[in-house]
This record gives sequence, structure tokens and C-alpha cells, in this order.
Amino acid sequence: MADPMRIRAQVAGDKATVRVLMSHEMETGQRKDSSGKAIPAWFIQEVTVAHNGAPVMTAQWGPSVSKNPFMQCAIKGAKAGDKVTVSWTDNKGDKRTDEATVS
Amino acid sequence: MKHPITLTALAALALTGATAAWAQKTASDGIAEYRELLADGNPAELFEVKGEELWKKARGPKNASLEKCDLGKGPGVVKGAWAELPRYFADTGRVQDLESRLLTCMETLQGFKAAEIAKLDFGKGEMANVTALSTWISGQSKGFGFNLPQNHALERKMYALGEKAFFYRGGPMDFSCASCHGEEGKRIRLQDLPVLYKNPGDGLGMAAWPAYRVSNGQMWGMQQRLSDCYRLQRFPNPDFASDVTIALQTYMGVNQKGAKIITPALKR
Repeated sequence: MADPMRIRAQVAGDKATVRVLMSHEMETGQRKDSSGKAIPAWFIQEVTVAHNGAPVMTAQWGPSVSKNPFMQCAIKGAKAGDKVTVSWTDNKGDKRTDEATVS
Repeated sequence: MKHPITLTALAALALTGATAAWAQKTASDGIAEYRELLADGNPAELFEVKGEELWKKARGPKNASLEKCDLGKGPGVVKGAWAELPRYFADTGRVQDLESRLLTCMETLQGFKAAEIAKLDFGKGEMANVTALSTWISGQSKGFGFNLPQNHALERKMYALGEKAFFYRGGPMDFSCASCHGEEGKRIRLQDLPVLYKNPGDGLGMAAWPAYRVSNGQMWGMQQRLSDCYRLQRFPNPDFASDVTIALQTYMGVNQKGAKIITPALKR
């Protein structure tokens, strides 16, 4: 499994702000290595955020997202103690899921 | 008609006002704003997590963790250790910086071959692990002020050597560290240059490395930063953790006594 994500979720009023930092090379497929060969594309294609098990956000990413992507979203109705799960799948089929508790 | 002219005059005034305000923001202010926007979600945090894992994990031929490593404040004491390095270590009989001390611990505690790791390129293999470890360890001194000891004769000798090295002009361009870092208010392209023969203030110079460089997506420890400084001067790159790099850190660290550490930081 890939390197862990850093997830922070904080309540502010009636919603929780979730901030995620993902560890991923996000190769576009356009970069060339020192021998002139293109470095194969390798990037996160789908991101899902779930709140207490129910999916609340799905994102479809492409090669334009930068290395080590940072994402922020707000979940309405989230309370302190709720579980927030973030999962991603990349174009090589590699996956990663991490969990955090809303504070 | 009177009204259109007045409106146009007002519009012209408003435009001038806006342009004047816009012109007052310097290039440095703009860069600082950009950095603030990036600060949330500093990828250096990913390296911190990795570094902490590596510190606690049993690894190497001896299958041991680094939790007994002495960084100068006693075995296993990590909080505040970075703020007091480089310093003299009795067990090795020399002044060491963080990265050379990590190599010592990786060899004595875990059985890795320090000399082999030192030869690796930055970002490769165990060298990448040394960088992750130094990212986490420096983060454990975030908010501390530099407080390098100068009690031992060798520590004072390192300071003197560092001072000499800082002002030593050489290489094909006849550069010294002072060529770029010896004058107030200088900038190279978009990078303000802190004056490093004295205390440049909180969060600058020594206090800002290790840092994640957004421009090339790399995490740089202090050794890599100093090595690249030499490359910029068109000097040959120093050996990993060579005396001159430890001497310079001692010189700058002592000069920056009290300056607040912000590592791991974020750089352009």
C-alpha cells in the first residue's frame, strides 16, 4: 500500500472542514527522463470522501493535478467524533484509504 | 452634459487609487502571500510522518530501532535536539550535525554501513530515509530558539572554521558564502537572501531548513541545502557531512542563537 495520507478534520459551526495531504508522484506521462524516454503516467484517478461510512464526495482527477496533492472540502452536519474516510485509486490500480476523527 | 464628465472623473480617480495601492505591494509581499496560501498542506508533513516511522521501526542488519539514538540531549530525546546541533559527542570524539549523527546511530544501533549511505545521491535509498528522519527530528524543535553549545574546545574550533569557510572566496567565480549572504536587502530572482554572518531573525537561514521545495517537489535536509550552495558557487560538492558543512552549521547556528525554528518549512 502507498504512503499514508495526512487527514485533518475540524468542526466549525454546522460543518467540518476536511484537509487531506496525499503522498503521490502524480506523473503526467509527458515528462522525459535523462535518456529521453517518457516517464509513464501515474496519477490518482478517483478520490472518495466518506462520512461515517456514507460517501459524501467523489472526485475524478487527471494528470493535471500536482505531485503530493492537497485537497480541502467541507462536510455539512459533521460533528466531533464522527469518522471521515478518504480513499484514492490510481491508474495503476494502487489504492490507499485513511481515516480520521472529526475534532 | 455634466454627469458623464463627473462620473468619468470619479472613475479615473478610482483607477489611480487602485493602481497606487497595487504598486505599493512589493514583489516580496506577493511571494509571501503565495507562500502563505501554500503553507496549508505542506508536503513536508508527509516526510515527517515517514521520519517518525523510521525512528521507531526496527530495521537494518541488527533489526533495531533508532529509539536509543543520542542526538545530544540523551538517548531517545528528540524534542529540542535539532536546536542544539551541531555539538560535540564524546562517543565519537567529534562535533557532529544531525545527519552525520543519524549515520552514526544507523551504524552503531542498526548495523547499516554509514560510509556507503554517505555516498548515495540525495533522495535515493537510505539517503532518502536520512532526509525523512531529519525532517521529523527538526520538526520536533519547531518553535524552539537555536541554542548551540560552545562549551567544548572542538565546538569552538568548529565555529572558527565555519567563520573562515563562510568568508573564503574560491572556485571559478571567486565566490564565498558572503558573496550572496553577506549584504542586507539582496535578492536572487524571487528569493530574498538572508544575511548569514549574523542573526537574520526568526524563521530564516538555518531556521528554515529542512524544507520542502515546491519547484522541484523535493524534501531537502540541511546537508543537501549546503551541498547545493556549493554547487551554486561552482565549487565541487562537499562530501556528505564533511567537516566544512558541520563547521558552517556551527557558525550559523551559534550566530542565530534564539532565532525561532520553523522547520520543516516550505520553499518556492
